[in-house]
Amino acid sequence: MSEIVLKTEGLTKHYGGVHALQDANFELKMGEHVAIMGDNGAGKSTFVRQITGVERRTRGKILFYGKEVNFDGPLDAREAGIEAVFQNLALADDLDVPDNLFLGREIIKFNLGPFSILDYKAMRKATQEALVRTAVKIPNIRNPIRNMSGGQRQCVAIARTATFHSKLTIMDEPTAALGVQETAQVENIVRTLKEAGEPLILISHNMRQVMDLCDRIVVFRRGRIVANLKKEETDGQDVVAYITGAKTQPEYEGAA
Amino acid sequence: MAETAHGVGGLKYDHSKRARPPEINVLIALVLIVLVFEALGALLMDQSFLFDTRGRFDSIFNEARLKIIILQVAIIGIIALGVTQVIITGGIDLSSGSIVGATAMIAMSFAQVAEVNGSPNPKAIFGPWAMDLPVTVPILVGLACGVIAGGINGALIAYTKIPPFIATLGMMVSARGVAKWWSKGNPISFPTDEYAAIGAGMTPVFIFIFLAILFHFILKYTVYGKHTYAIGSNEAAARMSGINVARHLVLVYTIAGVLAALAAVVLSAKNLTAQSGMGIMYELDAIAMAVIGGVSLSGGRGSIIGTCLGALIFGVIISGFTFLRLDAFYQEMVKGAIIVGAVVLDQWRQQRNASKS
Repeated sequence: MSEIVLKTEGLTKHYGGVHALQDANFELKMGEHVAIMGDNGAGKSTFVRQITGVERRTRGKILFYGKEVNFDGPLDAREAGIEAVFQNLALADDLDVPDNLFLGREIIKFNLGPFSILDYKAMRKATQEALVRTAVKIPNIRNPIRNMSGGQRQCVAIARTATFHSKLTIMDEPTAALGVQETAQVENIVRTLKEAGEPLILISHNMRQVMDLCDRIVVFRRGRIVANLKKEETDGQDVVAYITGAKTQPEYEGAA
Repeated sequence: MAETAHGVGGLKYDHSKRARPPEINVLIALVLIVLVFEALGALLMDQSFLFDTRGRFDSIFNEARLKIIILQVAIIGIIALGVTQVIITGGIDLSSGSIVGATAMIAMSFAQVAEVNGSPNPKAIFGPWAMDLPVTVPILVGLACGVIAGGINGALIAYTKIPPFIATLGMMVSARGVAKWWSKGNPISFPTDEYAAIGAGMTPVFIFIFLAILFHFILKYTVYGKHTYAIGSNEAAARMSGINVARHLVLVYTIAGVLAALAAVVLSAKNLTAQSGMGIMYELDAIAMAVIGGVSLSGGRGSIIGTCLGALIFGVIISGFTFLRLDAFYQEMVKGAIIVGAVVLDQWRQQRNASKS
């Protein structure tokens, strides 16, 4: 279980003069669920965008399963096995559940380039299997996403990761906009991922959730990693101290 | 059965939960409009609008009027098929009318006959080498015009990120310029018989129906169609899902350009001449057909079936006004009101949907 899934070395991103991310050294082991915490603008989402290939890093190295990777875009990252659930959900409102699950990687019957014929039946079947596996309940998968609740939409987005047996799942505030019940449902899905031994990076502001679901907490502050805490060796107050800047771990001292 | 009440993993397929397709509303509108004209016809003209009351035809319908209704919308309908796809991506194409003008001029100049009644073609654009060419030449030349104009539209929108309104507005003005420059404003006439056959009789209708079925299939059952809806629905999501949005937009606008070019070939063949003013305002009629047919200007929603119904509504209104012997000005006034009404309805429907969820 000690195989390293993801490792970044000196990962840095500048937006013009803004140093959104500075020298992030991060490690994720097989089957591990790691939380990333930090204030708004601390660089959490920027970090994720570099890993998933949505943006190009300014410098630094990303190693995925020991191999250095340079993703040209989110599709590249996805093909390598990194599945991301983004803050803004990344669902197409007018399409139904199978369409969204398979968006950008449709199952096709005949290959005719861009005019390839879709295999709706296979996609529906795979969708139902994925929803059963993650225990996601959707009244009618052929309804457009537009007509679904926030929780259902989030579940669809997460079910997408489960459908494709990803090697790494990244969730960016998956429950930020959800009610209590819906949050519980999403957290259940996260637990099933844990049982299946799938590694996860979870960005969250919710301390209880992080303590509940994750093994390790990495704290970002002003574009730098300032702490790397095992869940057993820390508590909520301690983490808050790192987030606000009251504390910095000695090994990150020079950075902040 | 607490679980099935909520539905487990979408295993349940509940027909009652399925939304009514919006095309039904357009169909109802079409029927209502026909009924209004029937009523007005019975009241004012003492004859039926669509039915054969005088025993002139074998069937119960007034076949002549049915043919005219569909024939007069077939050519703009071809353009509307492309415009529909553009609007579904959340864009707009204002250039189709001008592309019709430019393409008609250019294609027609490769479709001319060498001799008219024994004397040389008085409208000849090129020398003898361009006379009496096989019909495939002007068709291919015309389609190439569509590819170029549509491709430029798409490339501008996809790679310079300017709004589709501006990009296609530029093409609208420029393509009209090309149409006027091509023959210094002179009409181009006397096509070969083979070329003229493209626009003869009901052929434009068959071409329209064939293309409508083709693009209905493409939008519904191919990756291209799925991505077209996805981009209009949520462009960021489409991009994050790995769809090459830029390349897809170029393809969509190119297809719209090709369809406008096809319409130009059919139109010039039907009229047996090409003039630089051809196709003026066609882009707006095509957009109107799509909008009336339920294609949402905010993107993501609409269908070829809807647009075809929208085109029929258009044809019925034009024929209806002629039938009632009303002047053309009234047609335009009512047409304008219907376009605005269709968009208002669409907004209203969207707000209602938003408040439901």
